[in-house]
Amino acid sequence: MTMVVSCKHVTKTYQQGPVEINALTDINLDIKRQDFICLSGPSGSGKSTLLNMIGGLDEPTSGEITVDGERIDLMNKSQLATMRLNKIGFVFQAYNLIPVLTAQENIEMVMQMQGVARQQRNQLSSEILQEMGLAGMEQRKPSELSGGQQQRVAVARAIVGEPSLVLADEPTANLDSHNAENLLDQMRHMNEEHNMTFVISTHDPMIMERAGRLIKLHDGQIIDMIDQNHR
Amino acid sequence: MNSFHLLISLAWRNLWRNHRRTLVILFAMVLGVWAMIFTAAFMRGMSLQIVDDTIENMTGHIQIHAPSYLDDPVIEHSFSSANPLLSRSLQSTEITAAAYRIRVPAVVASERESIGLVMVGIDPDDEGQLSFIQSSIIEGHYLKDASEPGVIIGRKLAERLETRLGKRIVLMTQNNKNEIADRGFRIVGIFDTDLEAVEIGYVFLTRNLAAKLVGVTDDVSEIAIKVSDLKRLDEVVEGLRQQHPELDIKAWYELQPISKLMVDLYDSFHLVWHLIVFLAMGFGIVNTLLMAVFERTREFGLFQALGLKPGFILGQVWVEALMLLILGLALGNGLAWVSVLATGEGIDVSAFAEGMEMANLSNIIPFVIVGQDLLLANSVVFVLGMLTGLYPAWRAAHLVPADAITRI
Repeated sequence: MTMVVSCKHVTKTYQQGPVEINALTDINLDIKRQDFICLSGPSGSGKSTLLNMIGGLDEPTSGEITVDGERIDLMNKSQLATMRLNKIGFVFQAYNLIPVLTAQENIEMVMQMQGVARQQRNQLSSEILQEMGLAGMEQRKPSELSGGQQQRVAVARAIVGEPSLVLADEPTANLDSHNAENLLDQMRHMNEEHNMTFVISTHDPMIMERAGRLIKLHDGQIIDMIDQNHR
Repeated sequence: MNSFHLLISLAWRNLWRNHRRTLVILFAMVLGVWAMIFTAAFMRGMSLQIVDDTIENMTGHIQIHAPSYLDDPVIEHSFSSANPLLSRSLQSTEITAAAYRIRVPAVVASERESIGLVMVGIDPDDEGQLSFIQSSIIEGHYLKDASEPGVIIGRKLAERLETRLGKRIVLMTQNNKNEIADRGFRIVGIFDTDLEAVEIGYVFLTRNLAAKLVGVTDDVSEIAIKVSDLKRLDEVVEGLRQQHPELDIKAWYELQPISKLMVDLYDSFHLVWHLIVFLAMGFGIVNTLLMAVFERTREFGLFQALGLKPGFILGQVWVEALMLLILGLALGNGLAWVSVLATGEGIDVSAFAEGMEMANLSNIIPFVIVGQDLLLANSVVFVLGMLTGLYPAWRAAHLVPADAITRI
């Protein structure tokens, strides 16, 4: 199966005054297409830092990161932005949507930047909203949606451009269990039906339970990798 | 085109996201732009008024004298008006009026008082096209023609001499033989101007009478000229100087350097005033945009995560600044126009009459909006505003996405 992400000896060190903090230490990780990976670990274990490195939101101190065959640790800001626009979808814990845009506009924004024609954008956004159970909410602003609905719009925006990789940082942290399960169902559905690759950092046991591969981090190091696909 | 449309749409909606803050800064901008244009209109009105008053008060646009006349304005320092070359020069299409004058120092006496002043012999028709006298008569009449036997004096002079319309006064001056010449004249008209110095400084009679009194025939002390296009004044002066090197030919600003200084002072003060107003306004613009950037730090991080380039984010904040500026300028300009229209003929500053007279100004100051002042005020706000907006925009575009997205 094709490799989507490859991390080789990735290290990230932050300087905090005179103290050097190792956020990630010698991370080696391969992620294949259609993987559904869960990064778990206590707060400060390096989950979000690793997601940021893979997504090109932050630079590694050393090591190589390859996304879809391209070395992103060698890219400049503009190249990284283009790579994120075309290859990666992000879902964050909160503040995921642009408040001044409607649900439909939020979803179409990325496609608009990609240069997708208006008619096609409208069609794709309507279809994805339907699929996420948000039909009829196209013209609602984020403030008019519940937390669960907002996260589903965020997932819809992340996947509508059919990126190679979807990175989600604690996507269910602000949701109740019903909405969290609903969201996870949607992501699992996209993973299985549309062959999308998901990397999710979480504390949520339900996500860990349903992940294809569970990667445990502690103090910036991978301490365990569990393949749950063949349980 | 897609991303441009998105950029405009986001900038406009974000501008009104915190509408109270936007309205406050917009109000400050409108007030600032209004103050710039309204004050510029007042100063321009004063400046033009100085020029008009200077020109109308006998100076004209150009004056021709004999070389020594300005240093010693006596009748010996006169020149012949019967010069065909000079007559031809004054028939140029660039010259709309020319008034020949005999202008010498004199003493005027009534039965009670005597005062030193300037006696001016004029050709009534020609003078009427050039200076204020004809339109300033408040009692009696203007000099009817070259055969008019009476004189015209100012209202203040009549008061000082304790005389009035219809009474006789005596004019005394030196003739061309350096002898005292005097003659009595009846007052046929009294004029009134905003400038007291003019009212007590001149007595007007026909050039024929003045010539007889000082003992000349065709000689004149000065020729005052009005040109058709003030912008070409220097060229006209230069042309006359080349044609008549034997004469002393000067433009109004050489004859009245203080008036010219005042005009230059007002002109240079425009820019200083605009910069002062903008300084106050600029802080407001920067503060508003920086607050907007600060509040939306996570949003800018999200934009970057979604793949929007730094240039797009910079453009978005900058377009917000641009929209704010366009709105502020449009409303400020509109308000300034309405205010200027509301002032009508101008404002009456007669309460400060003495001070105004020192500045060669009459009592009604009109508000005048000219394209050059509008362009200056709008350019200062627009160009400096866009530069001011660049800093918050640059900050927004250069946030580290991983930091921005987690900023509380």
